[in-house]
Amino acid sequence: MNMASSTLATAEVSSAKIVVRDLTVRYGSTLALDRVALDVGDRQVTALIGPSGCGKSTFLRCLNRMNDHIRNIRIEGSVSLDGVSIYDAAVDPVELRRRVGMVFQKSNPFPKSIFDNVAFGPRVHGLRDRVELREIVERSLRQAALWDEVKDRLDRSALDLSGGQQQRLCIARALAVEPDVLLMDEPASALDPIATAKIEELIHELKTQYTIVIVTHNMQQAARVSDTTAYFYLGRLVEVGPTEQIFTNPSRPETEDYVTGRFG
Amino acid sequence: MFAATVAATATVLGILLFLLGYLVWQGASALSLDFFTHLPTPVGEAGGGMANALVGSAKLLLVAAVVGVPVGFLGGVYLAEYDGGRVAFAVRYAADVLNGIPSIVIGITVYGLLVVPFGHFSTLAGGIALGLLMIPVALRTTEEFLRLVPDTLRDASLALGAPQWVTVVRVVIPAGMRGILTGLLLSLARVAGETAPLLFTALSNRYWSPGWLQPTASLPVMIFTYAIAPYDDWHHQAWAAALVLLAIVLGANVVARLALGGRSTAQT
Repeated sequence: MNMASSTLATAEVSSAKIVVRDLTVRYGSTLALDRVALDVGDRQVTALIGPSGCGKSTFLRCLNRMNDHIRNIRIEGSVSLDGVSIYDAAVDPVELRRRVGMVFQKSNPFPKSIFDNVAFGPRVHGLRDRVELREIVERSLRQAALWDEVKDRLDRSALDLSGGQQQRLCIARALAVEPDVLLMDEPASALDPIATAKIEELIHELKTQYTIVIVTHNMQQAARVSDTTAYFYLGRLVEVGPTEQIFTNPSRPETEDYVTGRFG
Repeated sequence: MFAATVAATATVLGILLFLLGYLVWQGASALSLDFFTHLPTPVGEAGGGMANALVGSAKLLLVAAVVGVPVGFLGGVYLAEYDGGRVAFAVRYAADVLNGIPSIVIGITVYGLLVVPFGHFSTLAGGIALGLLMIPVALRTTEEFLRLVPDTLRDASLALGAPQWVTVVRVVIPAGMRGILTGLLLSLARVAGETAPLLFTALSNRYWSPGWLQPTASLPVMIFTYAIAPYDDWHHQAWAAALVLLAIVLGANVVARLALGGRSTAQT
C-alpha cells in the first residue's frame, strides 16, 4: 500500500523540492508516522489533510527538524531538500531552518515591536545595517499584505495587533529570512473567515516564489489553496495526488469518505 | 472546614499586623533623622543612630548580589533551558538541600574558609555568606519564571534559524525578565535579615567600616547586640532598627508584587 502511494507521488510531481522516503517516527513506543513517502513539488502548495492525530503535523515538523527537540523521539527514513539529506550528520538544523521557514497554528509574535519581530531573523543571521533591515522589514510586510495596516506603527508592540494581523506578522517574520520553503501548521485555524480569506489569498501569491506545505483541518481550504493534496490517516499516507483529483475522484475509498465528510 | 481555613487565614494576617503594629509602637519613638545619619553613641550618651549599620547592610547585600545573582541566574537558565535530565535533577536537588541548610552552618563554613585564614572578620566574608544563602532561591525562581515563557516563543525563534543560545538570550530571557528580576529581588530581601551567618563573618563595628576587608556593622547584628544589652536606650534603638529592616524587606516585597502585576510578557 505504501509502495503504491510512493510511486503515485513520484509519477505526479515532476520537479520535487522535497523528497521524503520511508519516514517513520516514533514517540517512545507510539508509532506516529509509518513509512511515509511523499514528494513536494517546487513552488507548489501541498496540503496535508487528515483527522487529528494522523501524523500530519509530525510530518510537517520533520521537514525543518523541529522535532529534534522532542524527547524520546526516533526518526528513521530519509528527507531530502534539493537532493541533500537533511538528517545527514553534516547538516546543521539551524542552517536548515533558514531555508525552511515555519508558521504555527497559534500566532506567536515575540513580545517586541512589529519592526523587531520581522527584523529578528535577519539580525540573528548577522545583519546590522539599519537601512537594509528597514528594506527587508518593509518588503516582508508587503509580501504578507500587512504593510499598509502597520506602516505607521512599526515601533508598537506586536501584541497590540489583531489575531489575523499577528498571524500575517508571523508570516512576514518567516519571509524576512528568505526561505525556499514555507511550512504552515494550520495557519488559519484560530482566525475568523475574513482573516482566513486574507491568509489564503496570501498563500496564492506566495506560491510563485515559495514552496509551501500546509497542514489544514479545513477541507475547503485545502481544495482552495493547494495544488497537491496528501491524505494522512493513523500515521500513514493513504493517498496523494492533484488536489482536484483527490476531491473529485480519489482512488481510495477511505480518502473519499474523508473528503466528502462521511468520516473524520 | 471552611471555618478552620478562615481562622488560619485570619491568624496569618493577624500575626503580620501584630508584628507591624508592635514594631511601630516600640520602635517609632527611637526613629529620627539621626537614626539614619549618625553613628552609634558611646554607652550612656543619648541619641545617635545606625548609619554605619545601614551602609554596612547595603555593602553586604551588594557583595551577596555579586556572588548570588550570577550563579543563581545562570544556574536557573541552565535548569529551564538546557535541562540535561540527570544533571538537572542533581542540581535541582542540591539547590533544595542547600536551601534547607541552616544559615549558621553557612556562616561557620565561611568563617573557616575566609575569616580564619585571613585573620580578621570582613564585609567580604559576610557578603559571601549571604550570597551563598541566596543562590538556591535565586536559582529556583529564575527557573520557575523561565518555565512560564510559552514554548511557542521558543519554537518561533528556532524556526527562524536562531541557534538555541540565541533563542535563550534574545527571546526567552527577555520574555521572563520581569519575573526573574522580581525573584532575584525577593531572594536578596530574604537574606537581608539573616543574622547568624554574619555573627562570625562580618562581625560588627561601632564605627564606619574602613574597608571591604574589615568588619562592618549591619542592621540584623545591631539588633541582636542592642537587644541583649542592658540599656533601655539601646533597646529602643534595636526596635527602631527592626522596624527599618522590616520596612526594607516589606518594601522589596511590595515593589516585587507591583512589578509582577502586569506579568503579561510571560503570559501572552
